[in-house]
Amino acid sequence: MSGIITTEYIREKYLRRLPTAFCPGCGDGQILGALIRAIEQLNIPKNEIVTVSGIGCSAWIPSPYLRIDSLHTTHGRPIAFATGVKAANPKLKVIVVTGDGDAVGIGGNHLLHAARTNIGLTVIMVNNAVYAMTGGQVAPTTPHEAKTSTTPYGNPAFNLNVSEVVAAAGASYVARWTTWHINRLIESIKKAMNKKGFSFIEVISQCPTYGGRLLNMDHIEMLHYFRDNFRENADGMFRIGEFVDVEKPELTDELEKLIMKVKS
Amino acid sequence: MIGPGKYFVEGDVAAAYGAIMAGCRFFAGYPITPASEITQAMAELLPKYGGKFLQMEDEIASISAIIGASWAGIKSMTATSGPGFSLMQENIGYAAMTETPIVIIDVQRAGPAIGQATRPAQGDVMQSRFGSHGDYENIVLSPNSVQEMFDLAVKSFNLAERFRVPVILLSDAEVGHMMERLNVPEKVEILERKRAVTFEETTKWGEDLIPPMGRFGDGLELIVTGSTHKPDGTRDTGEPDVQDQLVRRLINKIEKNRNLIEDWEEIDSEDADYLIVSYGASSRPSKGAFMKLRERGLKIGYFRPRVLWPAPEKRLYELSERVKKVFLTEMSLRGYRMEIEKIFPKSVIHIPKVNGKVHSVKEVLSSIEVSI
Repeated sequence: MSGIITTEYIREKYLRRLPTAFCPGCGDGQILGALIRAIEQLNIPKNEIVTVSGIGCSAWIPSPYLRIDSLHTTHGRPIAFATGVKAANPKLKVIVVTGDGDAVGIGGNHLLHAARTNIGLTVIMVNNAVYAMTGGQVAPTTPHEAKTSTTPYGNPAFNLNVSEVVAAAGASYVARWTTWHINRLIESIKKAMNKKGFSFIEVISQCPTYGGRLLNMDHIEMLHYFRDNFRENADGMFRIGEFVDVEKPELTDELEKLIMKVKS
Repeated sequence: MIGPGKYFVEGDVAAAYGAIMAGCRFFAGYPITPASEITQAMAELLPKYGGKFLQMEDEIASISAIIGASWAGIKSMTATSGPGFSLMQENIGYAAMTETPIVIIDVQRAGPAIGQATRPAQGDVMQSRFGSHGDYENIVLSPNSVQEMFDLAVKSFNLAERFRVPVILLSDAEVGHMMERLNVPEKVEILERKRAVTFEETTKWGEDLIPPMGRFGDGLELIVTGSTHKPDGTRDTGEPDVQDQLVRRLINKIEKNRNLIEDWEEIDSEDADYLIVSYGASSRPSKGAFMKLRERGLKIGYFRPRVLWPAPEKRLYELSERVKKVFLTEMSLRGYRMEIEKIFPKSVIHIPKVNGKVHSVKEVLSSIEVSI
């Protein structure tokens, strides 16, 4: 009972309108739900948050649904835009919502350098293993031999383990979950948002429209697949959980220190 | 700190001084010849003024970051040259579409492609206006001295803030790298953007067609998108009228205010049968040639746009009624030619130079002499 009342309150407080434009069964709605629950549970005033997104289905998670400042940018660049927002006003909690094509395909360089500089952004990367908005083309995250609309005979290339790359690049916090693990995801977003440095959460998500068609699975079957295959003690892409959780100097803090030093 | 007084600096450094005096407090950039001196000067100056400097991973990231910073309420700038300017084009269109005030300095070098990194050219004139896809307008300024690198840098910020557009300070390697005296005044005139206090205000505009701008973190719950959007910012890519009205306003806010933006230097044109048109570094030998020809009694005038786009069309059309021949001097085979030939369809003698060197006075003189 109280759960229902809480849900309606959150919807009113955080969302401009429903329903969303996402396909039936898409994981993006679940991730939007997780994001606003995390913000609500942290009790952060909405005017202290800015959301930034790029291009792709994931970009529509914050924009225009959230009743929070949102910057919907060009393909691959949300982390670079967010870097400017954060540097200009470090008091803001800057959340980037991006996809695998956006963050790793066209925008991989920005992801690497944001992790390296440890700028205090929270990046939530939805990984559905395809370019969904443009029609289910192969992505840097598509498994080997998988059929997509641009790999009709199977993917000749191999997929990137993004979380491990971001961990190696120097992020303060890295975690991977799936849309089956929503409560874990909410806790993880809360932790990431409280992290001083660069935090990155990869969410393995279902695309029932393209992924599902090619795999011949519906969204429920895909979620069950996530439940049965993704484990904290699994290897490679099937490993979920926290990969990195450390404290280290954050870029905008260092910039403030530098200003103090130069001025004195 | 930059106090008032006389300096002997290169153009790139003067532009950085101007930016600081105009209130620029965020710079994101990537090293490139011949613009690196601006980036280095900003790295040194900004922290002294409490501003932030970031060297980014590339030019795309640089322009992205300054757009983000501008929405957080900070005057922001980047500086680059041809190859980097090409990489920035997509987000110049994004800044135009989202009406974000930013300043981009392009210190032109000879192209295409890598070209001559250390040599001046003026081949980016059309790119500076039409480089991004789709219909949009922006403002482009052209300095021809170290002093103007300073003055027009200040002016670039004022125009960006006033009209909510990306403004391009289109310099070249000659002006960027030359050393001259710079006078820094006691105070410069600074314009600030119209700031919206409520969300409602961001959705409306007056006669100037420019809505007040919100700022991230003020609780306005702004929706900023590069997609076609309604006045309140919400994406609407299906409704024909939304696209039509948005694009027309983006063009018209410059078009209808062009008398407030156009700026040029004009000498002895009242009785002129001939006119030299030039800008940037090539305007200096052109002015030398003009002075020599006037001394000899030739009825020739000198016209130098300080703002290239929007072009000073009204004034040039007036002059086209009496001027018999126009000599356009520039370091490009294309440059400003289409614009000038549009206004003077049959009377333009083009005097381009594209070997990475600025014209000499003698070269300009001899090119004019054979044509009259």
